[in-house]
Amino acid sequence: MTKTVLIADDEPNILISLEYLMKREGYRVLLAHDGQEACDLIASEHPDMVLLDVMMPKKTGFEVCHAIRADETFKAMPILLLTAKGRDTDVAKGLAMGANDYMIKPFSTKELAQKVRELLESAE
Amino acid sequence: MRRVDWRVVMGVAGIGAICLVWLLATGGLIWSTLDEAGRTILKDTLGERIMLLLLMWAVSLLAVGAALRWMVSYFMTAPARLAEQAQVLLGTNVKRQLEPTGSAENRRLTDLFNQLVQQREALREEMDVRVAEAARNTEQEKNRLAALMSELTKSVVVCNLDGRILLYNNRARMQFRKLSQAPGVAGGGELIGLGRSVYGVFDRKLVAHALENIQHRLQRGAAAPSAQFITTTPSGQLLRAQMAPVRAVQEADTVAPVTMTGFVLMLDNITREFEAQARQDHILHTLTERSRAALGNMQAALDVLEYPDVEPEMRERLLMVLREETGGLGNRLRELKSSALDSTVLRWPLEDMLGADLVAAAIRRIEALGGLTAVEAGVDDSLWLKVESFSLLQALSYLAERLRQECVISTVQLRLSMGIGRAQLDLCWTPSAAKLTDKVVPGWEHDPMRSGGEDTSLTIQDVVERHGGAFWFEREPETGTTFFRFLLPLAAPQEQLDSASLVQNESRPEYYDFDLFQPSAQSRSLEDSRLSELSFTVFDTETTGLDPANGDEIIQIAAVRIVNGKLLRNENFDQLVDPKRNIPAITIPIHGITPEMVHGQPTIDKVLPAFHQFAQDTVLVAHNAAFDMRCLQVKEKVTGLVFDHPVMDTLLLSAVVHPNQESHRLEAITERFNINILGRHTALGDAMATAEVFMHLIPLLEEMGIYTLGQAREAAQKTYYARLKY
Repeated sequence: MTKTVLIADDEPNILISLEYLMKREGYRVLLAHDGQEACDLIASEHPDMVLLDVMMPKKTGFEVCHAIRADETFKAMPILLLTAKGRDTDVAKGLAMGANDYMIKPFSTKELAQKVRELLESAE
Repeated sequence: MRRVDWRVVMGVAGIGAICLVWLLATGGLIWSTLDEAGRTILKDTLGERIMLLLLMWAVSLLAVGAALRWMVSYFMTAPARLAEQAQVLLGTNVKRQLEPTGSAENRRLTDLFNQLVQQREALREEMDVRVAEAARNTEQEKNRLAALMSELTKSVVVCNLDGRILLYNNRARMQFRKLSQAPGVAGGGELIGLGRSVYGVFDRKLVAHALENIQHRLQRGAAAPSAQFITTTPSGQLLRAQMAPVRAVQEADTVAPVTMTGFVLMLDNITREFEAQARQDHILHTLTERSRAALGNMQAALDVLEYPDVEPEMRERLLMVLREETGGLGNRLRELKSSALDSTVLRWPLEDMLGADLVAAAIRRIEALGGLTAVEAGVDDSLWLKVESFSLLQALSYLAERLRQECVISTVQLRLSMGIGRAQLDLCWTPSAAKLTDKVVPGWEHDPMRSGGEDTSLTIQDVVERHGGAFWFEREPETGTTFFRFLLPLAAPQEQLDSASLVQNESRPEYYDFDLFQPSAQSRSLEDSRLSELSFTVFDTETTGLDPANGDEIIQIAAVRIVNGKLLRNENFDQLVDPKRNIPAITIPIHGITPEMVHGQPTIDKVLPAFHQFAQDTVLVAHNAAFDMRCLQVKEKVTGLVFDHPVMDTLLLSAVVHPNQESHRLEAITERFNINILGRHTALGDAMATAEVFMHLIPLLEEMGIYTLGQAREAAQKTYYARLKY
């Protein structure tokens, strides 16, 4: 069965590449341009996994994370944070908010694809 | 109005009664020796004329009264006045020849007094020469200190533990002038001055907290404990203060713990630097974040472009992304260069603090809020943090109070443990209703902190950013405990105890003696405080007339201060006021203020707040204070300022000390005390004169057993003049 991956980022320039990559990896891809849209799509589409940027308008990645974990239905959904915030405190906060893993921009897309694969497998 | 002398009245009444009894007895005796016919003749002869007899009796009494009055003033009042004048000579340094009056004996006594005074003066002069010699040496040392202080490029203020200023340098004065909200009026004089409270500028709790920190460290034996804090002033300026303790004098061989008698504050106004720094920080921060994001975009695009089978259309889009992002990066770098990041880096000062101390302080503070119990729940006492403790404690008590109010929590726990590279400080609680907590709690970090009646514009987010830390709300699934977590930076462990022996007495200046370091009168209630210890604001107002309740206005206020028994001539307040009405021409010769002089001067609603602040924490003194106070009180509604200071009146006090003197006008008293003031009849001149008079009155009151403010007020109220009302 095709897995669905939600990519939430307010930078259209990275959405282009990530969408292409994830499709190439064989996933169905959903795109959100801010935190609120991400929350709405999760609620309506139930994706298998979420790639979350931290700094987004309306709701930050941390807040989306917190909202996902607060909902019983999505307790086990893998969350991968993509952050331009390089500080260790932000990473600690993201993990405390319930993210499974994080990648600091710029990152290698090969590593990203690898992480997505691992997280999806571990969730099964 | 002349006072009725009861001694004369009693004398006249006594003599009158004796005459009357003598007259009646003689009459009765004569009557008893007469036969019936003789009595009839006598009755007929006297009959109507008995009134004449009584009239003569009354007339002679008047004569007796006049004689008695003369005798009292000649033989009794003159010696009484002599006694009062002699008391002035005894109690003060007045040099003055007494005027011989009254009887020959009294004149002789006066002469003897004058000779004694001359003798005393000769002795005193001799002593003065010796004292002056000794004082010169001290003065030289003081001057050396003053020169040193004035050359310092930092503002320095020395205070005692009550926060009263003992010493300040010129730079501090200039800095406080900039902080003043009424620069044109008082020029900062309302903020800084000997004996003034430093809490006029700094939050009392902030200073107390810094003091507490230093005291803890002193007890632990730290070599040079100091504390730093940053504060905003009422006028919105940002001040950085560094505090160092002034240690108590200790015997060389004692091992008693070091105690503090005061503190030194070194101040920097960092408003501008801080704003610049904040801007730079912001630029740097966004630059790194945006560059990371841009690089991320480029990296991803490049990764995709590496696939050989990318369609031409996609390839074009990705190339476009690359062009856009490289362009953007270039722009940001140019932006950075033009913002001229300079190398002076200013940070919000973070201090080393033992984590356990911080937790203990937080518990005290939270419990002081009331309605909350705070307990330790696992504190790693080996952790040293690098924190700005005041704002952090504010944050913790704000969170605790909000939990109590919005989530009905009555107990919180504090936990401190080592995280990865940072300390974790947790404020934990057991939620009463989980749903409620989850709904209410998120987002608190963005609200301005309010707690215990303190308002600040800072948010938790600000505090956390200041520490380069992080903050979040979390729930432990296993235990159900919910908590706020602060990630805080760690400090290198401090050198301890071993340094205690190094510090004895070496850093303390030995060339200055601060009387004000003694525990001050402020710590007792004002009423029980000695007059000689209190601070006074002696003031005088000039007005357009004598009826403040019906439109007469203040046109000048002047004041000087008396602190610790010294008249501070240079810390004065002298301000003309535009009354916004005419000044009656007949009053101009009295005060010498013309309409042109007050034109363009500030109005009373600007001047009174500055004066109120100038007089803060002091006792007000004026001559005929009832009038001046009335002038201030009629303005209470306009300015919203209440002058509820204790008030002393030199007119009443003079009447207390010298009940036999006929006049208690300021002129008469200054003459009595031989006080010469330049510029009398200006408000400042009169205030100075009143202050001098007041300082002469204090020792005279003490001779009468009147030492405290309460006693002086009671005595003043009893005097005859106290019944005068305006």
